[in-house]
Amino acid sequence: MPIKINFPTPSARPGETPDFSRYDFPEPGALPVPPLDITAEDTLEYANSLIRVLDDDGNAVGPWADYLGEEGNDDVLLEGLRDMLKMRAIDARMLNAQRQGKTTFYLQCTGEEAIGCAFQRQLNKGDMNFPTYRQQSLLVAGGYPLKDLFGQYYQNENDPLGGRQLPTLHSAKDYGFFTISGNLGTQYVQAVGWAMAAALTGTDNIAAAWIGDGATAASDYHSAMVTAAVYKPPVILNVVNNQWAISSFNGIAGGTAATFANRGVGYGIPSIRVDGNDFLAVLAATKWATERTRNSHGPVVIEWVTYRVAAHSTSDDASAYRPKDEADAWPLGDPVERLKQYLIQRGKWSEDRHKQGEAEIMDEVIAVQKESEALGTFINPQYLSPSAIFEGVYEEMPEHLKRQRQEMGA
Amino acid sequence: MSVEILMPALSPTMEEGTLAKWLKSEGDKVAPGDILAEIETDKATMEVEAVDEGTIAKILVSEGSEGVKVNAVIAMLAEDGEDLNAVASAGPSAAPAPTSVEASEAAPVADVNVGHNMPPAADVLSDPDIPEGTDFTTTTVRDALRDAMAEEMRRDETVFVMGEEVAQYQGAYKVTRELLQEFGDRRVVDTPITEHGFAGLGVGAAYADLKPIVEFMTFNFAMQAIDHIINSAAKTLYMSGGQMGCSIVFRGPNGAASRVGAQHSHDYATWYGNVPGLKVIAPYDAADAKGLLKAAIRDPNPVVFLEHELLYGESFEVPDMDDFVLPIGKAKVRREGTDVTLVALSRMVGYALEAADILAQEGISAEVIDLRSVRPLDKETVIESVKKTNRVVACEEGWGTYGIGAEIAAICVDEAFDYLDAPPARVHQKDVPLPYAGNLEALSLPNTNDIVEAAKKVCYSK
Repeated sequence: MPIKINFPTPSARPGETPDFSRYDFPEPGALPVPPLDITAEDTLEYANSLIRVLDDDGNAVGPWADYLGEEGNDDVLLEGLRDMLKMRAIDARMLNAQRQGKTTFYLQCTGEEAIGCAFQRQLNKGDMNFPTYRQQSLLVAGGYPLKDLFGQYYQNENDPLGGRQLPTLHSAKDYGFFTISGNLGTQYVQAVGWAMAAALTGTDNIAAAWIGDGATAASDYHSAMVTAAVYKPPVILNVVNNQWAISSFNGIAGGTAATFANRGVGYGIPSIRVDGNDFLAVLAATKWATERTRNSHGPVVIEWVTYRVAAHSTSDDASAYRPKDEADAWPLGDPVERLKQYLIQRGKWSEDRHKQGEAEIMDEVIAVQKESEALGTFINPQYLSPSAIFEGVYEEMPEHLKRQRQEMGA
Repeated sequence: MSVEILMPALSPTMEEGTLAKWLKSEGDKVAPGDILAEIETDKATMEVEAVDEGTIAKILVSEGSEGVKVNAVIAMLAEDGEDLNAVASAGPSAAPAPTSVEASEAAPVADVNVGHNMPPAADVLSDPDIPEGTDFTTTTVRDALRDAMAEEMRRDETVFVMGEEVAQYQGAYKVTRELLQEFGDRRVVDTPITEHGFAGLGVGAAYADLKPIVEFMTFNFAMQAIDHIINSAAKTLYMSGGQMGCSIVFRGPNGAASRVGAQHSHDYATWYGNVPGLKVIAPYDAADAKGLLKAAIRDPNPVVFLEHELLYGESFEVPDMDDFVLPIGKAKVRREGTDVTLVALSRMVGYALEAADILAQEGISAEVIDLRSVRPLDKETVIESVKKTNRVVACEEGWGTYGIGAEIAAICVDEAFDYLDAPPARVHQKDVPLPYAGNLEALSLPNTNDIVEAAKKVCYSK
């Protein structure tokens, strides 16, 4: 008999009925809050289950809701909702702007807004995210100026990176947002090294490494896991499991063999799995993880279970490889809708105020976008000074670059 | 003001597509997000959404049209209060939106670069004066490297060393001897066997303002780590708009050792020398090893420091000075001569000096230049010498194709063509992976005799 091997296929392709029956998520509130010094082995239950706070009726339930306490008060959550709406408005505007040729490329994070928007709230000044290209919500929630964001999308004089980097690969040291790497995965182990250095230099800052389910197959992920387990630096190892790496479902990266959090346990790192579409669960889990790492208990793995609603990027047509209505069938719902429902339930929000809020935020985004577009876009590019080409190659400009610059007449 | 609706691009490479279907008609009101039309390329179908609010005044490209260029105006939208007929009859603005290519062509075009592609040394670099009466200590290259690290670690507490076997074992080649005892395990860090992983750790630590010295057991193994060295360390300062620099040294033995086969004998000088953002050093003797490693550790940029296993045990005189730091990017004239210039680096400097002795016996006076630094490259010292000798032989241990010798030859032809009395010559390894058997290995590698022969050839001397 020939020996069989496995070529994973997703549960549904275009034209078929979406099927998420492989997921058996527990009821919200089912899991307790573990002690900060929990061992990796004792987190196995957390790695295979799912931390959830918001139930289907918009109530916050269970021990994680209690643990969050005042840190999840109505004002905080209203702000969180606004951050998510702002993120969604930027995504919508930039998709359209790309379709109009105003920029070459954009990546939406639709459906994943809660993860970055809630996570960022628990970081301190001086902490550092090592993000992927789908964590722009960290910047939006961190108060990064929209002017800078659009400046980079349009590569005009407002681009803080001076026209030297792709539109979506941001860098913002002061906002705790490390340069996004185009070759996936490198940032993961660099975050571990950064966290070691932060500890060695006597700070209480922590690093947050980010990677998608697909890129966990990269060797950087594994060397990061090994070195984090060995040196135990203050790093949160986030895996955003949004089900899809372009057209490859997460089974291509081993996601059906075990949960991504489960892998962390195997490396000897305490690991939890969290409903990434539940703003309160993200907030509570991040509170626990940051406290743990800041108190020298070592690294922690968090798998955020979510769904990539948009196509991979503006160069991608997701309807070619997955059912068009798959997002609607996603069992964890939409993060904006769920938080909205909770706040309405609490009497702090209403459908009307939501509509009004959406419109106000959209106006704010459009105003900044139009200002930026007036300076130049890909269609009508602003002429950037050629001297920018030569800046930042080295800390000090060497002679041969000064000469090349001179020859260019810059 | 009327708004032009443009043919959208699915991707940066898309040039044209088919306007498959209009979902709105002239006179229809539209809001942002409304789907206006469907377009098709050979790859996919997509919907065109409205960005602005208004009324469709005129459809300029009918449905079913093929080969519609990206950014062509496909419809006109009148904003609130505008006269539909006026917008429709005015049509798109006369001047088509320039594409980015046209825009960049409008920019002043640079002249062709002549010979300025390789970084030269800064104009006024020179070695520090060694005061009269300074003692010299006979030191191995191994200990000179060790002393450089120890001195810099004493001077700057952000400096630390990491790598496989650097702590308890004192380094695979004992270059980190006694560092663990002096500095402890926080600053002399044993790592797991993952060059890729610990290079990434080091780069991350450098971003957090520590100054790592990352030791590779050999640069052959650093092939795994090259992504972090090039894509991250060398490029991040640039890509981040100057926000995040990386002060780090990657060091270890490079090139052929003895009888260790193809995967332990590769010379990477030309690989790293190709990359802007890096500095690349390859010293020959112990004094240079010490003075240049100290400079590399202090440099705010990523530095690749290429040592040679077969030089570790060789002894040279090192000046007994408090702080002996050499400039990066300055070549050293190791022997003066008038008939031919021998340009070499790392272990090849030793061969070039031997060759110069032999050539002297045959009446040929050879000048020997030790490049010391691959990037930046001290072109001036080479050119000045060639203007005097009119002949040049470039010697490297690795493969010649696209090599350092090729660069030296190009520079000499570019900038000293009129002074050359013979085509530049190159000495390098045979174009094969390094074989293991002793005689085959020796035949593959360049040696003193190869340099002598090449020098005689450019001197037209038998």
